[in-house]
Amino acid sequence: MIPALVVFAYLGIVLFVGVLAFRTAGGPSNAEEYFLAGRSLGPTVFLLSLFGANMTAFSILGASGHAFANGIVTFGLMASSSALIIPLSIFVIGTRLWALGRRNGFMTTVQMFRDRWECGHIGTVIFAVQAALLVPYIVIAVMGGGTTLRTVSNGLVPYWLGGAVASLVVMGYVFLGGMRGTAWVNAIQTVLFLLFGTIAVAVVGAGMGGFREAVEAMLATPSTAPLLTRERISPLYFFSYTFIPLSSIAFPHIGIFCLTARRLGHFRKTIVLYPICMLAIWLPSVFLGVAANQARNIPAISEKIEARAALAGQGADVSDGERDRLRAQASGDDVILRLVQGYAPVWIFALLGAAVMAAVMASDSQILALSTMFTEDVFTFYGGKVRFGESAQVRTGRIFIVLFTLVAYLIALRVPQSIFDLATQYAFAGYAALTPLLVAALFWRGSTKWGALASTVWTAAAVLGVAVLQAVVPAPPPGGAVAVVSAGGIEVIMRGAAGTTVLGFLPVVPMTIISALLMVVVSKFTAASRPGPATLARYFELSSSTPQPAAVAG
Amino acid sequence: MRKAVVYFGVAVFYALHQDFWLWREARPLVFGVLPAGLFYHAAYMVVSSLLLWGLVRFLWPSHLENTATTRE
Repeated sequence: MIPALVVFAYLGIVLFVGVLAFRTAGGPSNAEEYFLAGRSLGPTVFLLSLFGANMTAFSILGASGHAFANGIVTFGLMASSSALIIPLSIFVIGTRLWALGRRNGFMTTVQMFRDRWECGHIGTVIFAVQAALLVPYIVIAVMGGGTTLRTVSNGLVPYWLGGAVASLVVMGYVFLGGMRGTAWVNAIQTVLFLLFGTIAVAVVGAGMGGFREAVEAMLATPSTAPLLTRERISPLYFFSYTFIPLSSIAFPHIGIFCLTARRLGHFRKTIVLYPICMLAIWLPSVFLGVAANQARNIPAISEKIEARAALAGQGADVSDGERDRLRAQASGDDVILRLVQGYAPVWIFALLGAAVMAAVMASDSQILALSTMFTEDVFTFYGGKVRFGESAQVRTGRIFIVLFTLVAYLIALRVPQSIFDLATQYAFAGYAALTPLLVAALFWRGSTKWGALASTVWTAAAVLGVAVLQAVVPAPPPGGAVAVVSAGGIEVIMRGAAGTTVLGFLPVVPMTIISALLMVVVSKFTAASRPGPATLARYFELSSSTPQPAAVAG
Repeated sequence: MRKAVVYFGVAVFYALHQDFWLWREARPLVFGVLPAGLFYHAAYMVVSSLLLWGLVRFLWPSHLENTATTRE
């Protein structure tokens, strides 16, 4: 019960931070102050909060859960590729967004797209697709909140209640504190997890009798030795994951965060230290997830390993219901909490529970981004602010967020997938496919609004297609795969246990490549609708000076 | 020329993420606990930080700050 009380105390603290930020700002009377912290974040808060916004339920619970089932490959799939591509995209794209936002007063990327391509309703389509793609990311935050509170309370707080509490607290401090409150909470959560994550690794290592012994024992056991290599994953599949981090800069909350820095120089520290922060979070998460396979003396983990073995051995022969039950039991999303619960003193478990909760609640940035987008890109754009006033603008944004979070919550109660798979297949893949919009808007004079529309519609259709396919074709048992589309003896689309592949690649690869091609081809065919010289000059005069960072990474 | 070198360097480093030579072997265990493939990618992240430091140090787009403030 103590761990649950500590987590609830933490939730109280973050609500207090929201109130504090509200008072500091003198209330949300100024939209730029509320939504962008007055574009005034200093270098340290900017680094910690931008990193914290990316450090979510996915990085902690999803990564360790995926590593528990798949081994060290999880680290190469997401951590090391992200450590290069995310800061590189901030360097190339984020700095330009900052400059354009400051100069033109943009508060969202859709405002920039509308201005850049001289369009109106197409911007609304981009908003709708961006908002829909945020649903899976908010769903995993609800799932993370439910999983964490259920685990730290030993089941006293049920999953549905834990998810509801986490959602309500996040909404509470986002509504009160806006971007300033969100940035402060993100900074606190990053420090908290870095601190207690390190302690947890040491304590779990001691509890297991030393990691060296645990790893040697895993290598000596045929069923666990492959978890310490990547032999179960194909190189094509591994390569596919380098497309996933492209999504980061296209996420609205990351784009909006880029607008909050007081000076361009604040990006420097963030870009350089980002890989180190990722290393400090992901290495313990993945390593503990893998090592959990040797913690068979913890009953909850032992049950997971047995369920996984049963699924692999008899999965094809059991009923759908029984397969779903085994899959839920084998899920490793709570494995890091179970490890710490099994080996650490209760106070460390309590503090780590609070730290994990903090990471899970990184959905705050996404919720605030949605609020900003709705109020600016829809309500204000269609004249609501002029007709009903600024207070109605904020109120409408909040109602939108409540409804949106409610939808995400209801989905989270029913979704059968793991946090990792849900995030990578829908949210990350979708936003990666939207990245060509940003690149074209900022670096290609020849891009047009019709090219942007084609890329956006394609992204929506592709994500929907993957979702429908996976709903219609049930997941086979672990290790198996079903051919869905074959041509000329080649299996084009395969349905595996963890998702879908296209010619061996994750769907994100064809989705992103086709999105980029559509942008190019459709823009070429609609060259007559290119924006006027005045608009182009506003964007491309940025490139007139040297050096040209845009050219650095293409 | 400098741009070409940077293009090439980033592309080579990106390709080095695909460490097929460590695919099927866990040993040597670095520090006695980290499988070779895991250590490689942890080291890759440290080198990423150094590469980014170089970009920030030598190719920083300071002109963006000037253009951003021209209208303030």
